[in-house]
Amino acid sequence: MAALILQVDGLTVSFDGFKAVDGLNFYVEQDELRCVIGPNGAGKTTLLDMICGKTKPTAGTVKFKNLELTEMIEFQITRAGVGRKFQNPSVYEDLTVAENLEISWPKKRSVFGSLFFRPDAAVVGKVQGVASQIFLREQLSTKAGLLSHGQKQWLEIGMLLMQDPELLLLDEPVAGMSAREREQTAELLNGITKGRSVVVIEHDMAFVRMIAHKVTVLHQGKLLAEGSMDDVQADPRVIETYLGH
Amino acid sequence: MSETVSVPVASGASSRRGNWWGVASFGLLAALMLVVFPLAMDVFRLGLAAKYLCLGFCAVGIVLIWGYGGILSLGQGVFFGLGSYMMAMFLKLEAAANADSSSGTALSAFFGQEGLPDFMSWNSVEKLPWWWEPFHHVWFTVAAILVIPPLLAFVLSYANFRKRVGGVYFSIVTLALSAIMAIVIIGQQGYTGGVNGITDFKTFLGHDLDNDRSKVTMYMITAGLLLLCVAIGAFILRSRLGRVLVAIRDREDRVRFSGYDPALFKAFIFAVAALFSSIGGAMFTIQVGLASPSLVGIVPSVEMVIYAAVGGRLSLVGAVYGALIVGWAKTFFSENFVEYWPYFIGLLFVVVVMFLPTGLAGLLDRLRGRAAGGGA
Repeated sequence: MAALILQVDGLTVSFDGFKAVDGLNFYVEQDELRCVIGPNGAGKTTLLDMICGKTKPTAGTVKFKNLELTEMIEFQITRAGVGRKFQNPSVYEDLTVAENLEISWPKKRSVFGSLFFRPDAAVVGKVQGVASQIFLREQLSTKAGLLSHGQKQWLEIGMLLMQDPELLLLDEPVAGMSAREREQTAELLNGITKGRSVVVIEHDMAFVRMIAHKVTVLHQGKLLAEGSMDDVQADPRVIETYLGH
Repeated sequence: MSETVSVPVASGASSRRGNWWGVASFGLLAALMLVVFPLAMDVFRLGLAAKYLCLGFCAVGIVLIWGYGGILSLGQGVFFGLGSYMMAMFLKLEAAANADSSSGTALSAFFGQEGLPDFMSWNSVEKLPWWWEPFHHVWFTVAAILVIPPLLAFVLSYANFRKRVGGVYFSIVTLALSAIMAIVIIGQQGYTGGVNGITDFKTFLGHDLDNDRSKVTMYMITAGLLLLCVAIGAFILRSRLGRVLVAIRDREDRVRFSGYDPALFKAFIFAVAALFSSIGGAMFTIQVGLASPSLVGIVPSVEMVIYAAVGGRLSLVGAVYGALIVGWAKTFFSENFVEYWPYFIGLLFVVVVMFLPTGLAGLLDRLRGRAAGGGA
């Protein structure tokens, strides 16, 4: 068994008594691509929120390498090497594409570091390289707010590429995309997922089958099933959950 | 100046034009303040301009924190007031030490209170409070003006921002601060001069403040310092920190996941704005000869925001014009229709916010865009 990069044990969060995630154990190996599926309200997004520090768990631990993430706040977790892509594209709309990418360069992120930061050839090259990868080479000086929905999704993926995290959390990366954009995004994701561990939330089963090494099914905040796509799809409890309603 | 916030990697034609425009508008402002005003105005009018420029320091700071950082402060009067009062303490002690001046009256000499500011004697304060003592020294005073307000601003705002108190809630905190500041000053009459403020200075380091030559010199120093503040502001906005600020303004939650600590960045820029306000306050007191609670409370603090709004909250240069234009309008109105001034400034604010959210600078940018066929 390969080394674990992420160990989630007994994770629980309760919002006014409602347990969105309930005693969940979840382990991700080095270089693994894991898909998390489940019906609406299963706690998928909440799980990612707790890993990246957006939501504080009520109980349980989240270990990333040797760090206890539940004791850290968002920017520290990001600096430790966890990258998050949100469900709705979140880019800095008043900055250009180039500025969005450059701001994500994971160095000089202190106040004075950023005050005296001047992008050198390496940064400029990286920005241009990533922009080509995410099909936005021609839009470098366009304000991000003027991009289409799909282009914003790509830009956010590009920002993560600049950040170069060891663990990547992607929340519905192809939501709201056209078939053509979906194809391009699948290609993109194949590119970024190499050499790092990735957790993807996705509803599109064809997409999941295409990318996943292993699938985790959540239901009402608890683990329902885990295994290969074929095993999971054959699992009677999973069939019951998806078809029983 | 908003256009000058461009990243080098994206040096398209538009951003180069933006840089050129930024430099040109800065040069024009410098020429206006350093050459045209001193040549075209008599000493009295120049003195008025100096007064408006001192408030312009606050407006420039407000562009940084509000226009770019998204922090609406209704308490810049606090930092203006700190600078103003610390300078006043120094000037007052110098006046009191000078036996020839009216402040160092024969009366206080008779009571054995030589060197004690006159208002303290009137309030039966017989000994100079310990915290007045260091203001005998000019070096301490200057250092205090440059260090204390930004430090206070940093600590206060960081405490709020770290607990994620922001937006309108932070505005209310600043509003309360300016109210507290005015109340404390008025309440502690024996130590602060109360509602009358601190006034009646004659000299600064032995130089007579009343003659024309020193007035012109002080005006030039003020103009130079203000241009320096605009330049520092432009440097900050053009750096990566400037882009982080814009990102925080528009999507603070996302910035955390880019690995930045928004609280520190916001507190930093808030401290810079406090520094500018403090310098403005100190220069104001030297030239107008007064430190008054009427300049630190809520009303002046809100007026400072209006200067920035009128000039354009995304334009450092525009903020200076905003302070000058509103300042002159205020003088004109108060000379002619005193009672209508508050209505006028209220109306001005509403009109600017509704129809010109980026102020005069934004209007100019739009016209320029149209002229260049850009239409942006």
